[in-house]
Amino acid sequence: MKVVVTSSGKDLDADLDPRFGRAKYFIVVDTKSMDFEVKENTQNLNLPQGAGIQAGKTVAETGVEAVLTGNCGPKAFQVLETAGIHVITGIQGTVKGVVEKFNAGELSYAGGPNVEGHWV
Amino acid sequence: MIITIASGKGGTGKTTVTVNLAASINRDDVTVFDCDVEEPNSHIFIKPENISSEPISVMVPKVDTQRCTLCGACEEICQFSAITLVAKRIMTFPEMCHSCRGCEMVCPEDAVKEDSRVLGSVHQGKNARGIDLTWGELRVGEAMSPPLISQVKDRINPGGIALVDAPPGTSCPAIEALRSSDYALLVAEPTPFGLNDLALTVEALKKLKVPTGIVINRADDAPGIVEEYAKKEGIEILQRFPFSREAASICSRGKLLVNEMPEMKALFQQLFNRLNQLLTESKEAGEVGK
Ligand code: SF4
Ligand code: SF4
Repeated sequence: MKVVVTSSGKDLDADLDPRFGRAKYFIVVDTKSMDFEVKENTQNLNLPQGAGIQAGKTVAETGVEAVLTGNCGPKAFQVLETAGIHVITGIQGTVKGVVEKFNAGELSYAGGPNVEGHWV
Repeated sequence: MIITIASGKGGTGKTTVTVNLAASINRDDVTVFDCDVEEPNSHIFIKPENISSEPISVMVPKVDTQRCTLCGACEEICQFSAITLVAKRIMTFPEMCHSCRGCEMVCPEDAVKEDSRVLGSVHQGKNARGIDLTWGELRVGEAMSPPLISQVKDRINPGGIALVDAPPGTSCPAIEALRSSDYALLVAEPTPFGLNDLALTVEALKKLKVPTGIVINRADDAPGIVEEYAKKEGIEILQRFPFSREAASICSRGKLLVNEMPEMKALFQQLFNRLNQLLTESKEAGEVGK
């Protein structure tokens, strides 16, 4: 299956970016082969609000099954939920490390957002 | 006439000045409008009776999914990401909506219907002395205060004396409250921080073209930084309220200074007389009611 990890860099050794809405990159990883693809978190900077929603849309377009991140606010969570994407919050480490933890079944899906809206 | 009492930041004693000024005016047409909708507390001091309340709501979109063709026009026009297409579904985020109705107007399928969202309420009541208080109260957790503030302000009758307690700061809600006032009374504290905030508010008021004066709260004896600033800007200091432990304690018990401390009553009456004089003069000069 494919998952997205929010990342501060462009490869599997980069650290997970704890922010979902304002993450630098989204790394789409195939959990079996560890093949990956980098997506920039492009935001329409002309809009005064809604970073979490826009990031949620970007991730929804990748067609992944789950997102691995640090903090996810309520609006982004709602977008991901609507797109049928599971969210795992509160994790840290390298992109590769968290995918390995995921494969080992050490992570569980969040039932809701874990931070207030302004965190995005 | 509309006098708005404002301050660059919270905790300068804005409400204290508003309610005590109201109570020291010897007329029967005094109305007070508390626009500090996030933390209204004028009613604690004014003690209105026979309170009537009205819920205030704004328009938010509701999409008729039978009609919606997922064309995305609504998402494109929305400046606030409050309506968006995700995975072939249309989602709305009512708490981010600014009720501009853009989505409703551009939808080619007439799929955007009107729904409403409660922002808070407006309350009104009169106290035993005849002071009429109207105040807005934002729902807990709600962030969209300007529409509620304008609802409070819509109830102002400029015929009498209306005192408006503005929200602190120079952001959107404060500007909303100051707009179309005849006079702005800025409550300042004689500290460098206070001065910085004061200067920001003064700049905003210049743009709004509202005549402005300053009162200094918790003033110490030596003329200080606020005086210097006011002189440079050519702004009149209308009153100085000295720091007093007794006053602080009276306020903390929800009581009016003008009822408990005769020397305070004199200061507030003096302040009103000067305001009245200024406003009458400018009315005669044809500046009021631009
Ligand atoms: S009314 Fe305006 S702000 Fe609200 S969702 Fe529609 S376009 Fe966006
Ligand atoms: S503009 Fe109307 S039809 Fe198009 S996506 Fe929005 S609600 Fe649906």
